[in-house]
Amino acid sequence: MATAPLLDRREFLRKGAAAGILLIGFRLDGREASDPAQAQEKPEVNPFNAWVRITPDDRVTLILGKSEMGQSVMTSLPMILAEELCVDWKQVGIEQAPTNPKIYDHGTGGSGSIAGSWLPLRRAGAAAREMLISAAAARWNVNRDTCAAKDGGVLHGARKDFLSYGKLVSDAAKLPVPDLNTVPLKNAHDFTIVGRDLPRVDAKEKSTGAAKFGIDSRVPGMLYAVIARCPVFGGKVKSFDATKAKSVPGVRDVMAIEAVAKGAFTAGGIAVLADNSWAAMQGRNALDVVWDEGPHASESSETLHKQFLENAATPGKVVRNEGDADAALAGSARKVEATYEFPFAPHATMEPMNCTVHIGPDKAEAWVPTQAPQWAQDVIAGVSGLPHESVIVHTTLMGGGFGRRYQADFVMEAAQVAKASGKPVMVLWTREDDMQHDFYRPASYHKMQAAVGMDGALAAWKHFQTSTAIAAMWSDKGEANAAGGEFGTAAFIPYLAPNYRVEYTLARSGVPRAWWRSVEHSSSGFVVECFVDEIAALAGADPLEYRLRLIGDDRVIPDFTNPKQGRPLTTARLKGVLKLAAEKAAWGSPLVQGRGRGIAGYFSFETYTACVAEVSVVGGSVKVHRLVYAADCGRPINPDGVRAQVESAAIYGLSAALHDRITIRNGRVEQANFNDYDLPRIGETPLTEVHVVPSTEEPTGIGEPGLPVVAAAVCNAIYALTRKRVRRLPIRAEDLA
Amino acid sequence: MAVTFTLNGKDTTVNVDPQMPLLWVLRDTLNMTGTKFGCGMALCGACTVHIDGEPARSCITAVSSVAGKKITTIEGLSADGSHPVQKAWIEEDVPQCGYCQSGQIMSAVALLAKKSKPTDADIDDAMNGNLCRCGTYQRIRKAIHRAAAMQAGD
Repeated sequence: MATAPLLDRREFLRKGAAAGILLIGFRLDGREASDPAQAQEKPEVNPFNAWVRITPDDRVTLILGKSEMGQSVMTSLPMILAEELCVDWKQVGIEQAPTNPKIYDHGTGGSGSIAGSWLPLRRAGAAAREMLISAAAARWNVNRDTCAAKDGGVLHGARKDFLSYGKLVSDAAKLPVPDLNTVPLKNAHDFTIVGRDLPRVDAKEKSTGAAKFGIDSRVPGMLYAVIARCPVFGGKVKSFDATKAKSVPGVRDVMAIEAVAKGAFTAGGIAVLADNSWAAMQGRNALDVVWDEGPHASESSETLHKQFLENAATPGKVVRNEGDADAALAGSARKVEATYEFPFAPHATMEPMNCTVHIGPDKAEAWVPTQAPQWAQDVIAGVSGLPHESVIVHTTLMGGGFGRRYQADFVMEAAQVAKASGKPVMVLWTREDDMQHDFYRPASYHKMQAAVGMDGALAAWKHFQTSTAIAAMWSDKGEANAAGGEFGTAAFIPYLAPNYRVEYTLARSGVPRAWWRSVEHSSSGFVVECFVDEIAALAGADPLEYRLRLIGDDRVIPDFTNPKQGRPLTTARLKGVLKLAAEKAAWGSPLVQGRGRGIAGYFSFETYTACVAEVSVVGGSVKVHRLVYAADCGRPINPDGVRAQVESAAIYGLSAALHDRITIRNGRVEQANFNDYDLPRIGETPLTEVHVVPSTEEPTGIGEPGLPVVAAAVCNAIYALTRKRVRRLPIRAEDLA
Repeated sequence: MAVTFTLNGKDTTVNVDPQMPLLWVLRDTLNMTGTKFGCGMALCGACTVHIDGEPARSCITAVSSVAGKKITTIEGLSADGSHPVQKAWIEEDVPQCGYCQSGQIMSAVALLAKKSKPTDADIDDAMNGNLCRCGTYQRIRKAIHRAAAMQAGD
């Protein structure tokens, strides 16, 4: 696979889903992903070999090809299969798919699971159903048009006969698979499962301690390992003395592992293997290591900020240019200019990174909490020298993903240690490891300029952005594509002025970056939705009314980042969520004394969200009292699951608004654990209402799109209350004073 | 060193370093993995268990300090998920990733033992030490109220 798709995960996911092409093909350490099947179209598979297992006793098992990390695909995706298969939801069991990228599109991210699986799973379920109907018709020797599927069996109305699927499956599985492009799909009016508020299938095991996460993997004879990594990004081991570490009771071995630069992006270091996790940690504490701190040892948050200012002093590469924004700005008397800034942010999943691997002479087996099991398989195949078919990867539950677990660094480390030790090994990260060796949301800086005419119409919009781009991590020259999603999404907005210019300049950094929940939308969405609020104030207009005016007539705006294949922005749907959130929040009605109200609406991951926030500011600190959301993600598969994801994204977005700030000094992260890096706690949780738009549009994702609006709505509410614009996150006391 | 305590009603003896935190004894020595590791410094609450009925962070509790005491973990709350707090968690569909929920539930059970009808403010106070990165806090509040009602026989 070429390098270009590596630059843009969403484009990657969209293309993969649309064309039935398997995701991945990341290049690992300069080596092309070795399984050519990964880049090929999937062959049509017999659904009974991939998606549905029915036993003669009528037990129905549906197979989940994606990874469950809290977003509830373990419930919502099988609902789609069950709907077309015509089985009773209460009867089905769910099983994680084996890792096999020749069949499954495993990669789980980009809010793409529902959008990308909707048609393929309907077709798979429908094909299985049609094969079962054909088997029944043959058994009865009747025309198959006189047979129908219902409640886990096939019914022949005239004969009053009913054969359960269990009695038909052995015949059905041998029949030819119907053409998946033409197999009849159920009429939406007949849906009995899709569209219902169904409880999560994993709620019970997650309430009893029975759920098994990656960290809970237990293999006979296994060792537990922790790794001492250079605290400075890009540094490595100069020398080490393991004498004291080896004398710690329970420590079995100490070994150096190599850093892997591009692909897995591991730091390398010294692994301490022990009988239990705690002994391994004690052993690591006893290590004497001398580090070569490498080329980034002088980087700090201050040097990065300085670089941002230098970058902003000269024009960037042009992402999009229409009319002449500079001339329009120069000639306008009514204009506004503002700068926005974001620090690095960590994922901080509650389950720290871990991976368990056993590499034998002719087989490897791994237990991996991963959003990309196919990549884990590829990494372990590479390290072990075994063919992919001999690498069994069990995808476990994840204690949070948020993009962090799309990476394969922890898999690479575990494979290296397992290969060297010959034993089953869990590589376990501590919280400090996790906080200080994450792949952070990029730090960025934005210079915004706009001009409005005397009638309030937007005359010019200029957005300069400089960022430690994710894409630069992957490209050979450390550059980033201006038109790529990461910068291009800032030019895919509904507020299109006749004079319109978006620019970017790459900022250099040794700090690893990657996909963080809602990726670049978490920052560009904040900038756009706060700045349009500033323009509304300049125009003397109500923020909601002004947005609706700028969005304008019902129309379709092509995806700037991917005009041919990307899903366009439908302005009616964006206006719809803005109006719905405003109505439910009683926008414009009087508020309790001391409270302010702000709004934001945004399109990301093909989904529309709007949020109204109610805040108060007391003594240099902001309290968010209430969030009212509207979300339009097409046909909601499980509306309560949609609400849960928006509630979750709201808190993750509040984390960015109120807390998330990783600072760098001497090339290393200054924060280490939840004492110097806090996350939102229950006391900060606002009352959150989520109104899901009923829709018959194609379903789209909801894990991420709730995030970009919340910090913007909160800061716009702060302005409404205090007339202070907060233009950097997290919100600091000095910015409220 | 041998340390003996009562674990979910059963006498249990382990032969480990007396300084080893109870969390790792539970997880790695006894394979009771329902109790989770989150921070190792009593900052996130994922490792919450009950020691003689009181909520405690097992990640900073040396196993030697629980000799002779009664430990309850998430696995010991009920045999089948039938504890009112567990039932309320399932009915409100609280868990997302689920990783922090063992600790959340143990803290909630301890709260309800002290306050049978907690207010939202009581809940926020008692649960403030339990982090949830999925942000299930709103449903946790609802589930605690529901469990309180269940326990009161409402």
